[in-house]
Formats: sequence, C-alpha cells, structure tokens
Amino acid sequence: MERSFIARNPSVLIFLSILALFTLGVTILSEGLGIGVISTSFVKVLGKTLCLCLIAIAMDLIWGYTGILSLGHFAFFGLGGYMIGMWLMYERTRQIVETSLSEGVLPPTPEEISTGIGNQIFGVVGSSEFPLIWAFADSLMVQLAFVVVVPGILALVFGWLAFRSRVTGVYLSILTQAMTLGLSLYLFQNASGLRGNNGLSGLQNLPGVTAPQSVVSLWFFWASALALALGYLLVAWVVSGKFGSVIQGIRDNEARVRFLGYSVETYKLAVFTLTACISGIAGALYYPQAGIINPAEVAPIASIYLAVWVAIGGRGRLYGAVIGTAFVSLVSSWFTGGQAPDVPLGFYTVKWVDWWLVLLGLSFVLVTLYAPNGIGGLIDLLKSRRKETDA
Amino acid sequence: MKSLLLALCFALSFGHLALAQMTPVQDVLQTQRALIEKSSRRTIGPAIDALVASGLPQMQNVLEVWQGKQMWQRKADGLFLAATKNDDGSYTLQSFDDGAEVGTATSTDLKQLKPNSGVRAMIATALVQFQLSDSDPAKRADALDSIARDPEAALLAPLRASIEGEQDAAILARKTRLERLMSMAYDDDIPTRVGAINDMSGDLGVDFRATLNPILTTKRIVSQTMPEGNIARELTVGTDALPRIQAYDLMIAGGDAPLQITADARDAVLEANIIAGRIADIPVIQLSTESARDRAYDALVTGGLAAPRVTQEDIDASLASFRFFDVYDEPSEAVTKAAEAALAASETRVAISQAADLGLDALSLASIYFLAAIGLAITFGVMGVINMAHGEFIMMGAYTGYVVQLFVPNHTASILIAVPLAFVVTFAAGVALERLVVRWLYHRPLETLLATFGVSIALQQLAKNIFGTQARPLTSPAWLDGAWVINDVVSISYIRIAIFILALLFLALFLFIMKRTRLGLETRAVTQNPKMAASMGINPDRVNMLTFGIGSGIAGIAGVAIGLFAKVTSEMGSDYIVQSFMTVVVGGVGNIWGTLAGAAMIGGFQKGVEFLNPSNTLAAQTYMIIFIIIFIQFRPRGIIALKGRAAGD
Amino acid sequence: MKTTSAFVAALTLSTALPAFAANCPIKVGVLHSLSGTMAISETTLKDTMEMLIDQQNAKGGVLGCELEAVVVDPASDWPLFAEKARELLTVQEVDVIFGNWTSVSRKSVLPVIEELNGLLFYPVQYEGEESSKNVFYTGAAPNQQAIPATDYFLEELGIEKFALLGTDYVYPRTTNNILEAYLQSKGIADSDIFVNYTPFGHSDWSKIVADVVALGADGKKVGVISTINGDANIGFYKELTAAGVSADDIPVVAFSVGEEELSGLDTSNLVGHLAAWNYFQSADTPANTEWIAAWKERMGAERVTNDPMEAHYIGFNMWVNAVTEAGSADVDAVRSAMYGQEFPNLTGGTAVMLPNHHLSKPVLIGEITAEGQFDIISQTAEVPGDAWTDFLPESAKLVSDWKELGCGMYNTETKTCVQTLSNY
Repeated sequence: MERSFIARNPSVLIFLSILALFTLGVTILSEGLGIGVISTSFVKVLGKTLCLCLIAIAMDLIWGYTGILSLGHFAFFGLGGYMIGMWLMYERTRQIVETSLSEGVLPPTPEEISTGIGNQIFGVVGSSEFPLIWAFADSLMVQLAFVVVVPGILALVFGWLAFRSRVTGVYLSILTQAMTLGLSLYLFQNASGLRGNNGLSGLQNLPGVTAPQSVVSLWFFWASALALALGYLLVAWVVSGKFGSVIQGIRDNEARVRFLGYSVETYKLAVFTLTACISGIAGALYYPQAGIINPAEVAPIASIYLAVWVAIGGRGRLYGAVIGTAFVSLVSSWFTGGQAPDVPLGFYTVKWVDWWLVLLGLSFVLVTLYAPNGIGGLIDLLKSRRKETDA
Repeated sequence: MKSLLLALCFALSFGHLALAQMTPVQDVLQTQRALIEKSSRRTIGPAIDALVASGLPQMQNVLEVWQGKQMWQRKADGLFLAATKNDDGSYTLQSFDDGAEVGTATSTDLKQLKPNSGVRAMIATALVQFQLSDSDPAKRADALDSIARDPEAALLAPLRASIEGEQDAAILARKTRLERLMSMAYDDDIPTRVGAINDMSGDLGVDFRATLNPILTTKRIVSQTMPEGNIARELTVGTDALPRIQAYDLMIAGGDAPLQITADARDAVLEANIIAGRIADIPVIQLSTESARDRAYDALVTGGLAAPRVTQEDIDASLASFRFFDVYDEPSEAVTKAAEAALAASETRVAISQAADLGLDALSLASIYFLAAIGLAITFGVMGVINMAHGEFIMMGAYTGYVVQLFVPNHTASILIAVPLAFVVTFAAGVALERLVVRWLYHRPLETLLATFGVSIALQQLAKNIFGTQARPLTSPAWLDGAWVINDVVSISYIRIAIFILALLFLALFLFIMKRTRLGLETRAVTQNPKMAASMGINPDRVNMLTFGIGSGIAGIAGVAIGLFAKVTSEMGSDYIVQSFMTVVVGGVGNIWGTLAGAAMIGGFQKGVEFLNPSNTLAAQTYMIIFIIIFIQFRPRGIIALKGRAAGD
Repeated sequence: MKTTSAFVAALTLSTALPAFAANCPIKVGVLHSLSGTMAISETTLKDTMEMLIDQQNAKGGVLGCELEAVVVDPASDWPLFAEKARELLTVQEVDVIFGNWTSVSRKSVLPVIEELNGLLFYPVQYEGEESSKNVFYTGAAPNQQAIPATDYFLEELGIEKFALLGTDYVYPRTTNNILEAYLQSKGIADSDIFVNYTPFGHSDWSKIVADVVALGADGKKVGVISTINGDANIGFYKELTAAGVSADDIPVVAFSVGEEELSGLDTSNLVGHLAAWNYFQSADTPANTEWIAAWKERMGAERVTNDPMEAHYIGFNMWVNAVTEAGSADVDAVRSAMYGQEFPNLTGGTAVMLPNHHLSKPVLIGEITAEGQFDIISQTAEVPGDAWTDFLPESAKLVSDWKELGCGMYNTETKTCVQTLSNY
C-alpha cells in the first residue's frame, strides 16, 4: 500500500529528498554544529519558514483540494503556540522561583511557590492569580496534547455549526475571518488570562536546557523539517485516496457529490478539523523559535497572507504551497531586513522598506489575474513540455 | 512758623500723594512677590487675598491679566508688568498702576508668569466679586462659570446681591439657578435650605446632584452605643453593605480588636525562633506546607513565644459586641431627609435619560457602521463582488478631505468641496479597479477577494508613502462643533447627527437608484442574469462598471464623514472592513434594509455590552464578534433573507 | 631631544588610541519599526538616530572610528523584533542597539540581548517593573511621569475623583495599577476611581466621555488620567471637545500624547489639557533651540521634536562618552562606564545614569496650546527613575542595583537576589 502510494506520487519522494538534503545542508553549514556559514538567526528564520510551509500545506488541503477558503487558520496556529508557550513559560518561571525561594530560611510551601510563579508571569499585567486555563500548565504531556486537541475542538465546534448551516463560499471565508478576529480580540483582553497584549514571551529558552541557542535552534529546525515531512506525507496520502477524490469532488461540484450520497458536511468537517490540528502543531513548533506569541499573531491579516502564499505557490499542489510560502516569506524578510539596496531614480530614491508592500500587493493582483496556478503552475508547464518532448 | 508748618503739611500730603501716585499696585504685588513667583495652588491663597484686600480699583485688571498668562516679570528689577507681543518678537510692557507703556523688552529679559489652572481657578474665584456685575456679559458669565466650578460659601452673598440688577435673561436664569444650588449647601437657615432643595427636587442636572451628594456624605462609626449625630442607618454585619472582613478591619482600625496574624507575620515569628535548625522542636526542613507552619506557630504560642492567633470565634465575639453606623456629616436631619427625597426623585429620571443617551449612542454607532457598509452593500450585496479594498476607498475619501483642507482653509467651504470630490476620486478609483481587476474575476469570487486584498495593502502602503505614517488633521466646520444637549445626561454631538443624516440620505439615494432609475433596473437585471440582460440590449460591462463606481464613491464620502469624527490615517480603512462585511452579511445580502438592520443590531448590541461592562470596551467588541458568528449559524442568510438563495450560492 | 620624545609619545598615543578601539567602524543598530502600526511613532526615532550618528561623525566619530548606523525594520511585528535583534547582534555584530517603542516589543527582545550580552537603549516612557542588565531605560519610569502628574492633579488642581482611561495593553494596565494603589494611599476611595480600557485605534468615544462627565454627579472634582495610545487620542479629544468639556471642568493629563500626536489634531478646543513628559519642544534653553533647528533643517520645518527623541539624544551622548571613557565599545566595559554618566538635558539640568539603569530627569507638565505645542507650567528638579514601584506591595521590597549588588531584582527584605535575568 505504502509502496504503491509513493509509486503513484513520485513528487512526494522528490519533495522528501529535497527536504532531507536541505536539512542536512543547513546543519552542515550552521553555526551550532557545522562550519558556521549560516548564522543562528538565519537557522531560526529557516526553521520558522518550514513551520509556515506546514500550515500552508494544511491550507492547501482545505482550500486547494476541498475548495473552502478559510481565512482563519492562523487562529489554530496561534492556539498551538499558546498551548506550548504556557508550559514553556510556567516551567521556566517555576525553576527560577524555586531557586530563588530555596535561599530563604524556611523551606518554601507549595502556596508560596505558586504565588511566586503567578507574580512573575502575571506581574506584567498587574495580577498574580493563576487563571483556570493554566490548570495543566505544569504538565508538558497535557499541554502537548492540547496543541492538537484545542485547535481541533475549536475547529470541530466551529465547523460543525458552520457546515451544518450550509454556510459556504465567501460567507464561510468571512465567518472564519470573524472567528480569528474574535479570538485575537479575546486574547487581547487581560481577562483572558494569557497576558493580554504582551502574550507569552521568552519561549526560546527551554527550561532545564543549557545548550546554546545555536544548537537549540537546530533542534527546532530538525523538528520542523520532520513535522513538515510527516505533514506532507499525511496530506499527500489523504488526497491521493478515495477520500481525496471525494473532497476534490466537493470542491468542483458540491451538490453533485451530495446527490451521490456522500455526507458532504462530514467530509468538510473532517478536513477542517484535520487541517486545524496540523496548524496547531505548526504553531507549536513556530513560536518557540520566534520567542514570543501574542494576540496580534492571530489577527485576520495573517490568515489572509497565508491564502496569498498558497495562491502564489499554486493551490491544489502541495509543493506549490511550500514553494509559495518559502518564497514570499523569505523575500519579505530580505526586503524588510534593510539589506535590499535602494534604487536611486535621480528624482526619487526607491526605498524597499517603503515600496515592498506595494510591490507585494500588486504581485497578488498579477498572480490572480494572469497566473491562477501560481509558481506551481509554471513547474507543471515545464513538466508537460518535457513529457511532450519525451514523447 | 505757621507757613512753615503749612508748607511741611503740604509737602507731607503732597509727598504722600506723590507716593500714592507712584506705584500702589506694584507695591502690593512686590509684597507678595515670593508667593506669586512660586505660583502653586497650595500657597497662592494669601497673595490673592492680599491683592483683593488692597481694595485698589486696578486689581481686577491685574487679576485678569495674570489669569490670562499675560503678566510678566522684568528680570532686571523684578517688577510685574503686563506685556503684549509685538510682530518683531519683542514685548511692549505696560504698568499696572496707570496703564502707561514703560518700554519694550526681549523675551530673554523677561520671565512669564504661568499660573497653572488650579491657580487660575483661584484667581477666577477672587475675580467673581468684581465680575458679577461687570458691564460685559461675557465676564459675568465667566464669574458664574467660576462659581459653578468652585462654589464657596462666601460667594453666596455677592451672587444674591447681583441678581437684582441683572438684565440679560440667560445670565439671570443661571444666576437664579446657582443661587438656589448655593442656598442648599451654604445658607445658614435650615428652612431656606430645605426649601431650595424641595424647589428643585427631581432636577436632572449634574450640578444639582453634585450639590446634594456632598450633603449626604456619611462616616462609618463603630460603637457599642448609639452614636450622637444625624444617623443615616445602622449596618448589619455580614450583609453586602458590610462584609465580615470589612467590619473586622474597621474594628482593628479603631483599636477595638486585635490584628489577625498574616502568613508573612507568622513566618517572621517562625524565622525569629529558629534554634539550631528547629522551631519549637519541629525541624525547619519539615515546614514546607502551610499547615505545618501553622502547627509550629501554635507550638510557639503554647510556649508563650508568640501572640495567639485570632480564631473565627474570636472575630464573631468581637463583632457581636459592637454596632456599626453610618452617620451623616450634615448635622441637620431635615436637610438630609429633603436631600434624600430630592435625589430619589431625580434617580428615575436620570435612569431613563441614561437609557435614552445609550440609545442615541447606539443609533449613532449604527449609523457609522451603516455608512461604512453601504458602499459594500452595493458592491458585495448587489453585485456579489468581495472588495477587500473597500476600506481603502474610505481612507481615500478621508485623505481627499485632508488635501482639500490644505488648499481651502475655510472649513465649511472645504467640506462642501471635499464631499463631491471624494465621490469623484473614489468613483474613478472604483471604476479603474473594476475595469482592471474585478471584471476578469466575476466567475471566481474567492480570487476577487485575494486580488482586491493585494490592492488593499498596496493602496495602504502607497498612502503611507505619500502622506506619511502620522495621522492627518481633518477638522469639521465650526457649526458642527459641540453637541445637541437635551439635558445634562442626554446629549449627542452635532457631527454624529450629521453622520446619521448622511446615512439616511444614502439610504434614500440607494433606494432611489435601485428602484427608480434605469441604472438600478439594469443593475438588478445584470446581477440576476447577465446573459439574459445582455440579450435585452443592456451592456453588462457598463452597468457593472457604473455600479461598482457608485459603491466605491459612496465609500469615499463615508470616508470624509468618518475622518471628521475620528482620525485620518492610512490604516483607518482596515478598522472598518471586517465590521462592514459583518454588517452586510448579518443583515442579509442583497437587501439594503438588511444592511440597515444589521448595522442597528451590531451597534445596539455593542452599546448594550458596553453598558453592562463599562470598564472594558474591548470585551464589548469581542462579544459582538462571537454573537455574530453564532447568529449566522442560525440565520445563515442574515436578518432579511432573499428568498430562494442560500448563502454563498 | 625632549621635544622629540614628547612628539614620539604623542604620536604613539594618537596612533595607539584608534588601535585600542579594535574594530572600526563602530556599528550602531537601530531597531525601530518603519512599517506597520508603530511606524507612526518609531520612524521619527530612526531619523533621530541617523541624525545623531551623522552629527557625531562630523565631530570625528568615537575613539577615532566612524560610527555606522545599521537600520533594520521589525515592521511592528513583535516576534520579528527578536529575530532582527539576533541578526543585529550576531550577523551585523553591532556594538549597541537603540530601539523599540512598545513594551511587548521590548519583552520580545529581552531574552535575545540577555543571551547574547547585547546593549539596548530604550527611549520610551514605560511601566517599570523590570530591570535588565543589558538595557538602559532612558525614558521615564512611572515615578518620573505618572506619579508626579497625579501629584499635580491632587495638589495643584484639587482633583478628588479620577477616571483612568487607557488603551488595553501592558503599559496602561500596569501604570493604572500603580496609580490605583498610589491614589488609595493618598486617601482616594476605590469608588472614586473609574477605570476603562479601550482597544488600539478606538474611535467611538461618546459613551465613555458621557460616563466621565457623569462622574461629577457627586460633587467631586473629576480629572482624567489618560494612557490612551496613538491614533485613538484623536477621536477621544474630538469627542471631548464636542461634549463641551473644557480643561477647567475636567482636566485630562495624558502620558502618551506629545507634539507628534497633536500634529494630527486641531488643538484650538483642547487648550489647557495637560501632558506630562520629561521634555517638551517648547522648553526654552539654548541646547534645545539648537537641537530643534538641526532637526528642522534635516527633516523639514513642519516637523516637531518630542520626548523619546530627547531620550535617544541623552542616551546616545552618554553612550558615546562611556565608550570614550572605557576606551572600547565592549558591552561590559561600556556598561561599567555608563554608571554615573552625566549629560545636560535639553530642558535644563543634568541627566545622570543611575545604577538601576534609569536616568534622573526633571518632570515637566505642559498645557496644550492652540498652536499644537505645550506650555510648560511646572518643572520639577531631577527625579531619579525607579525600576520597581514603591506603591505595589510585591515590588516595593525590590530594588535594582547593577553596580554594587549586580542584581536587577534584589529583595531588600530577604536580602537576596531574586533573579539576574529579567522578567519577560
């Protein structure tokens, strides 16, 4: 079964090999374990990009294959980040507080430790009480499970309500956008118990780990690459089977699939929830590399960008989503990094910091108008040309 | 001899006269120099009193000049002078005594006296007696403002005296009202006070309630017997008005009960009693729980090394032996009773007015949402085009208003120019967008969303590059300043009323275009069945272009209105885009009444939540979004649904 | 002979000095958002830094080295701040960073600069409750802005009832917590403190303004302490004007409204409302006149100066002096040389860098004028900045002293260092 699946999808194997080579290459060139050509900060950028590629694959599954344009998947991504962030923050603070309290005359009581941790974590928002949602923050296992479960449940509930009411098309897009806006507004409140606008920070410092960031960044890079590989395999497998045919059928003509006797809503809900879980995992890997998560991360704009990455890469092709995401986010990082040289026109100097967004915006327009299949479409074109010449 | 005496006498009186003519005002000012220079509300009182007490007629002018920050001090000799700035930046100095010019000086030779607003208020109070009967009505009004802000018992008499000669009806009314209010608080005669209170009973004014409430302030007294004085009520321990802990804290504060031992205090005692790693024979290492520490402490108590802990029984016993009272600061029972009754009478009226005010706020918010969404109701609602750049059209309209104000300084004229110009600019932008982008994507609505999103971020950044990141001023004409004040509680600013009217106008315009014009007919035909419409001789391209243009143009005008009441920045559009889509979707696509209903519901809901939770506006917005999401689940086609079309078909 | 040896000595000295400074040019990182929501405020600071660096280079640089500005754009994206900070420190290898505006961006950067032992100058007024070995806070701590302004309200204006209005984020939250505790210690009852938080960019202020006006119903004088941020102020002040609330009835003192924010407003109806800062453009000193002239010449006549700009001005000049004193741009050497650095304020008096990494600066209170400027009506003597406020029980017992105690969070009760890394 597995063999035939790979055999039927040579592109999966190609992708996995390229990813493996890339990972190996980065490791060899890295500062932490290699010859030091690639700086730690760039390793982090690459690791984060791999996480974005993972959520892009999820986005491609829900949009490119199932035809549901969700403009809210960053809500799940963010939730995944928050879940792992809670443990990271709690555990690191607990160690600091215990060390500090153990210097006192009396041995610390559990109450003192908990108040101390509360003060440290919530002091910045003027509180010291532990909100209820932190009940399991001391357990890595539970929080890891939450990374998948919490986005999954949100997607399940939201999707069940939305699909049951037959909300489709642009309405669903707007509704998903409302969902992520609602979540971000909720998290912005101090009362949410997740430190409001400040969010959770210092996530790059793993509790109990003394290895330098140059090495830790590689661990996360590998984990992200592995997650991307597994995610790619999973999604490729999902779309290649009968399930995949049904969801593509839904994309192309929902009514007809329903008349064929399929429970369209169940399929949609399954895909929506699965992609939410994948997004949660991507987020949980992303934010420890970014170092901080806060409500601005789940603002609607982020999810729209996600759709744009997939569109530029070419939807309905998994490698397209990956290429689009990697390309746009890396180029974006280059332009905002200040390294891009200004273009003097004599009467006016084009500063990329000012004009990059204009360029990006116009390129969306051009891609949707003239290259609806994105960069992936170009690859397909080349492939078909080659086939023609072969034949 | 006689003549000599006479001469001496003459000389003396002349000398005295000459001295008096010299600088009596400056002399008084100089005696208070230190205080005036220091200029702090806490210390300035004696100085102002001294100026007034001098009885010099020029003092009114001195105080007014000082209050207006026009008094300067010459650094060379420390004299206080009135100064006016000349065109060349120097200052012309005037003596306070005779108003004569005493030369010019540059700002480096002078020091401006800048009384802060606390000091200015005290000067205003001192000026009241001069200004109450001033010939200038503006000054009389100033005097009344000052009394209203800082009422003082001493001002009651001059106020009463000034009422008789008052000619101006408006000022007379204010004087009478102020006199009533002051009588309640400061008159010596109790029947007069009660009479004044009863006269105005049930009044809505903030000033009325602000006068009564201080009369009703109370002190909480812990006592074993009934205390002296005007008792408001006796409190029962354990009720909401007086929880147990609060009652016990009151007793501790009064020294009537022992302090409870806090955890910190207990730990301090424990730490002080460590002997060779043990506390009362318990090893320190075991004290890692609260109960263990309590036990150790109790052991210390038994050993006589610590004060005993206060148990719940002790607290109950202490509380049972005392009574708790609220006692009015005001000694007269007649006055407090009348005040209670008068306040109770206003309470219902105030509550009704507050509800009305909230209703107006909700209406106003709804009209803003409606205004922001109405363009979208055309492009999205009627044509089914998702235009993410709609918010940027709003922004373009607002910037058009700003640019017009740069060239046309008259605010009324500039707004009259800006509104049609904003329409023209955004109409053109809308047509361009339709021709270049949207028309290629009519069959791919999701991709319209992405393409117009691209346009949106490009336009936003472009606006930043052109106008900078800082907010730009867009000022409303003077006749839109201020508010329509129905009473002290209910009021709404004119600008919001204008927006409300504008929203109604657009509603009418929309209905007119759609129902009464050929374009409206053609638009409806094209949206329902473009092929059929085309075969009937309608040019769908032209119709789509015009409709999209009109929708965008209306967004531009909305932008001017929104810019007038809020801000003009490159990001203002994105504040409204999601809200606008929600308004249209919640209301029901394709129906302008639906959009209206949607705006009303969202506005009303948000204000309702704000009312329930006034300290957190963010929560109101969060709950609104959640409410919308749930609402759409149950009415996916919105409040007013078109028949036969499922959402998204 | 004697002269020659002196000459040789002078020669070796002068050549030795630049050699001492090791890596030329000395790189100065500028970490301010040039795009996104915070670009409004932060772009100005980037321009300020470029101007300061150019001015210093015109004077011959530092230790004989040119200064080079490395400008990056973290785009108002908080995680990107951490990424760009790491890039500045490890890839560009800058010797110092001037940057950040929002507290959350600072919290994002903190772990990175502490890990890599960088040096950050943070120029904005903030909520305190933090002390990092690697950060010099040149903006105001709460006791250098919020507390004196509240004192002014209490003592000079006789305010008895307070409305604390703020944007919902950490600076207003913490500042209001501190102020609530402070007001209670001054005998203001809980019921006389009204608190409200609004979202960023809030524009619908009618209900809140009505609520504030209604506070006057119990006969107490009401004052508003505003920590409303950025654009939202425009709608707030417009609504305040429309409601006819004058500064004499209900004064508003703002902690986040400076000259830049006023330039987006018609201030003729706001005359008399207050702001508290450590600097106003209207300060009448020769140094300030010169500074404003240089700024306007570089950026255009309509541009204004503001408080965070002065903070960078002081911070940068202190850093230059510290580098010169230490003879190296090495972070640890510069840090030791920073303590006790003195530099004249633009408003008069002298700023001193304290061992808790805060400055002692005067507190100014200004009334808004019709021209969009502030009329300074009160100026205190220099107030030393306090990292941990004295008005919250948890932090009252903490002190920060990096010079003697080597600890930013020292518990004076237990006499222990709670932690050497900062809270983030």
